[in-house]
Amino acid sequence: MKEVIFYGRGGQGAVIASRILAVAAFKEGRHVQAFPFFGVERRGAPVTAYTRIDDFKIRKRGPVTKGDYIVILDPTLLDMSEIVKHAKRDASVIINTNKEIKGSVSSGDVKVIAFDASMIAVNNSLGSQNAPIVNTTMLGVFSKITGEVAIDSVIDAISENISVKKDSNINAAREAYEKAKK
Amino acid sequence: MHRRVSCQSDQIRKREKIKRMADITKKVVTGNHAVSYGALLSRAEVIAAYPITPQTEVVEKLSEMVANGELRAKFINVESEHSAMAACIGASATGARAFTATSSQGLALMHELLHWATGARLPIVMANINRSMGPPWNIWSEQTDSLAQRDTGWLQFYCENNQEIIDTIIQAYRVSETVYLPAMVVLDAFYHSHTMEGVEIPNQSAIDAFLPQYNPIYKLDVNEPHTFGGLTSPEWYYELRYKIQSAMDKSIKVIKDTAREYEKITHRKYGLLEEYRTEDADMLIVAAGALSETVKEAVDLLRQKRKTRIGLLRIRTFRPFPKEDIKKILKNVEIVGVIDRNISFGNEGIFFQEIKSALCNEKIKPGIYGFIAGLGGRDVMVEDIIGVADILAKPGNKKDIVWVGAKI
Amino acid sequence: MKKQKSSKPRVGKIIFKKEGDLPMAAISMADMRSNKTGKWRSTRPVIDYSKCISCMICWKYCPDAAINIQDGKPEIDLDYCKGCEICIEECPVKAIKSEKEKK
Repeated sequence: MKEVIFYGRGGQGAVIASRILAVAAFKEGRHVQAFPFFGVERRGAPVTAYTRIDDFKIRKRGPVTKGDYIVILDPTLLDMSEIVKHAKRDASVIINTNKEIKGSVSSGDVKVIAFDASMIAVNNSLGSQNAPIVNTTMLGVFSKITGEVAIDSVIDAISENISVKKDSNINAAREAYEKAKK
Repeated sequence: MHRRVSCQSDQIRKREKIKRMADITKKVVTGNHAVSYGALLSRAEVIAAYPITPQTEVVEKLSEMVANGELRAKFINVESEHSAMAACIGASATGARAFTATSSQGLALMHELLHWATGARLPIVMANINRSMGPPWNIWSEQTDSLAQRDTGWLQFYCENNQEIIDTIIQAYRVSETVYLPAMVVLDAFYHSHTMEGVEIPNQSAIDAFLPQYNPIYKLDVNEPHTFGGLTSPEWYYELRYKIQSAMDKSIKVIKDTAREYEKITHRKYGLLEEYRTEDADMLIVAAGALSETVKEAVDLLRQKRKTRIGLLRIRTFRPFPKEDIKKILKNVEIVGVIDRNISFGNEGIFFQEIKSALCNEKIKPGIYGFIAGLGGRDVMVEDIIGVADILAKPGNKKDIVWVGAKI
Repeated sequence: MKKQKSSKPRVGKIIFKKEGDLPMAAISMADMRSNKTGKWRSTRPVIDYSKCISCMICWKYCPDAAINIQDGKPEIDLDYCKGCEICIEECPVKAIKSEKEKK
């Protein structure tokens, strides 16, 4: 079973991202589960969402304590030492940032991947410079880096589940997929 | 069934993909939306509900379905859960198929009318999302809300996953309309309500054949007037209560028959109880709701790593309480631990009491111990269940009731 | 549940012998026509037809449906009138009077 944790702020689409990823994997015939952190929703506040993907029926319920993949939509959110606590030893952490990630953050075999998703999102008119909506862009990166789901499944899932700016979201995901390096 | 052979995974994935492509009725939905789809497929005709976290999405989706014409139903906006149930009672009395959903304090507010629905023998189906009772304010999972309505004469079904939620709502209507008793389909806050899972949405025409239009013996009808719920003196009230109990007794067979019929169209079978790896078990855990999936994980782990002969008995139907079946299963076991995500203050967990009372006159019976766990949405982990098994396995005197994972 | 004997309203006083004779719920447990509530009355309403304007307000307000319409005029069914006098209160032309019930 692969467990994914999304960190974002209320309004950035972390919960939607967890759902789209689940739908994409489901389209490939896998068992899925997606849910937000069981709390009270507030715009702007830190939001955590989870996706589980498996080839078997998923019986585990409740928050993911250690993720195989961690996707951070907003780098201002958490310090890396916090994030590493929720990562499995060989986890991949994908961060939306335009800054260099310093080497000191990794623990064990945790792999940290930095990607400037905000730029792609803004270029596709998803959100504003100050508040870009990067969830679909990050899913494009996720698809390329992890190989857990095909980009076509992600795009199918986006087109089924997003009604506003559908094309922009699809383009952003595809662009990110092409630009991300494995 | 006993899982996780990864070399098979590619094959399975391929096979499943082919199956899914042929069948377009598979969807990823939350537990709340599973409830809405259940009501949609059952062709509910009147929906009256008042929003409360974590149930709100159920009603949102249903109102959307009514607005876009997908569901031909009358949607009644009300100012409280008490009124929601009153509207359902009125609707059901006219012969309409009525549906509502609530949670926690909302269910408590309905209490008076829950008795009314039963006494008037109206087959209303309601989804209740298990949420703890305040204060303190808490929106997370706990079974005390629905179990507090134990004596209202409603059938109660506890679901384990989102697929079961859809399937149970549909079956609940058929059972209810056969025995003329209302039914409550219970799911867990967040563990079900806000968790998306892949489900198969049954074919509408198959469901239509399974669940034909509700056509009651008596209904409010201007052309055939009746007095409903009139004053009934001690001379006959007593016998009318006996009728409700008889209907409950009868419902045991009806639930089994309905499950068999349902299996024919969906290949999914649900009974009164679910046994998981009980065949050779000498230790059993009894649980209900989402918690039971965690128990299954723990059972697999304990069997694999420690060779413990442990199993799970999941209570799916709480009312009617399937006493006879429980007796049969528990008589072969040495020790039983009942995990309750609920408590009857001053006594014990409610499932614990019920299991004990079912066995009290049996000559041979296992040791039965109660565990309280996960109140107010505290996560119950596999490790907690292993802890329960450890306590059960340890020889010597045990505490009658253990608070699992409580900081006490 | 098998179909109950009859769903037609019962006429006359109903006598049940055992549980099986009862309807499923308290539905038409008795025919209210056999329950002559007129005996409860201590005063009776009397209509002065010379004043009556046939507005039917008394017919509408009678909580026991004990006022019938005969040839366009209201007529009080004394078998069921409990003597609540609501009709007297509501009559816009004061055509109904209260009279002491003769024993």
